[in-house]
Amino acid sequence: MPQKLDYRKETPSQTAGPYVHIGLAPGAAGFDIYGNELGRDIAGPHAPGERIRVEGLVYDGTGAPVKDVLIEVWQADANGIYPHPEDPRYGKVARGFRGWGRVITEFDTGLWGFETIKPGSVMGRNGRLQAPHLNLWIVARGINLGLNTRLYFADEEQANAADPVLNLIEQQHRRATLVASREMRDGKPVYRFDIRLQGENETVFLDV
Amino acid sequence: MKPAEYYQRDRLWQPPQLAPNYKTSVPRSPRQALLSIEQSMSEVTGPVFGHGDIDPIDNDLIKNYAKTGDPIGERIIVHGRVLDENGRPVPNTLVEIWQANAGGRYRHKKDTYLAPIDPNFGGCGRTMTDANGFYFFRTVKPGAYPWRNWVNNWRPAHIHVSVFGSSFSQRLITQMYFEGDPLIAKCPIVTSIPDPKAIEQLIAPLDMNAAIPLDSLAYKFDIILRGRRSTMFENRLEGN
Ligand SMILES: [Fe+2]
Repeated sequence: MPQKLDYRKETPSQTAGPYVHIGLAPGAAGFDIYGNELGRDIAGPHAPGERIRVEGLVYDGTGAPVKDVLIEVWQADANGIYPHPEDPRYGKVARGFRGWGRVITEFDTGLWGFETIKPGSVMGRNGRLQAPHLNLWIVARGINLGLNTRLYFADEEQANAADPVLNLIEQQHRRATLVASREMRDGKPVYRFDIRLQGENETVFLDV
Repeated sequence: MKPAEYYQRDRLWQPPQLAPNYKTSVPRSPRQALLSIEQSMSEVTGPVFGHGDIDPIDNDLIKNYAKTGDPIGERIIVHGRVLDENGRPVPNTLVEIWQANAGGRYRHKKDTYLAPIDPNFGGCGRTMTDANGFYFFRTVKPGAYPWRNWVNNWRPAHIHVSVFGSSFSQRLITQMYFEGDPLIAKCPIVTSIPDPKAIEQLIAPLDMNAAIPLDSLAYKFDIILRGRRSTMFENRLEGN
């Protein structure tokens, strides 16, 4: 018999369930308990870059909006720097930039949205740049293990065309499921990103 | 030192997205295969939290929403460590929990179960692991509650647990169950996990050594996050 490997196993995931708001956004569950609910301000007031809004719906396989979903966002600043000590340019990250946010849907409509700044291009593997993107993580009742995906920006056509992750998607027409459309609303850029959990135009989800 | 990658997730250990006995997973599970990507800076970094983000009382569910007295229920300590698959502690990471009260009722707009709300119980808490990955909460043991799946489904007593780790790829939400609960084996959410050994990993044993005499029982729940390659050899994300 060979020696035994002594790795532990990752704790199995379980659904966040319908009451995820109690733990992660208690104000939305209907009560006030924490001095500071986390994840409400991604960019802070001082970070340079284009101020944008991102919004959308999450649809289930029947085409109905999912109204009890929670989405977390992780992103780089406008210079493509992540506010994390392992980013080689960490020391230069924008002041007050958190890079992380947490958003829930309106219970009636399922619409979610958040304000942030548009990230810059981020270093990929082998020195290959990745197009600007937001990393999203989606949990809800009925989702057994959080779903990872990325949001890219429609106005970054060139960068998107060269992005190593988008290019990895074999069926070219599915790449569009990761690209948010852009419109101006009251003079401000709003990106629309609908997520389809299943069925026609199912969003590409990532195994990271 | 260049950042190293995290071990790939064992998809045979984790529950599949589609678990037909857990009905809500049927319309909410992707049908297409996930796109497996090699990790970049986007995956090996993640949000950093500090003690300034939370208050010291946040990990005490017996006191953090108390209005007129302590909540009703069996007083318990839940404690353990956050480790990675290499057995290394995950320090300074945010752990958030939420749960029903002792009667199985959640303090949530959408919960209509007939068991009463406890005026002294909010049902959520959060804390940071210490330098060695240890964390603890004080709370009351949650009750079982019915849910709409089959006509007569009951969730075993459980605490929902959310953990960050050091990178966004380690992000995890799970549920902790209690040793000896006969509802565990009957629950379609639990049994969405195919491997019985994996289910055991979610069951916290009674820990009499950590119980406080004349005050609280204790349960121990260790949480394992994805491990990481050693940087001894070439595992570089960047380079030529
Ligand atoms: Fe629950």
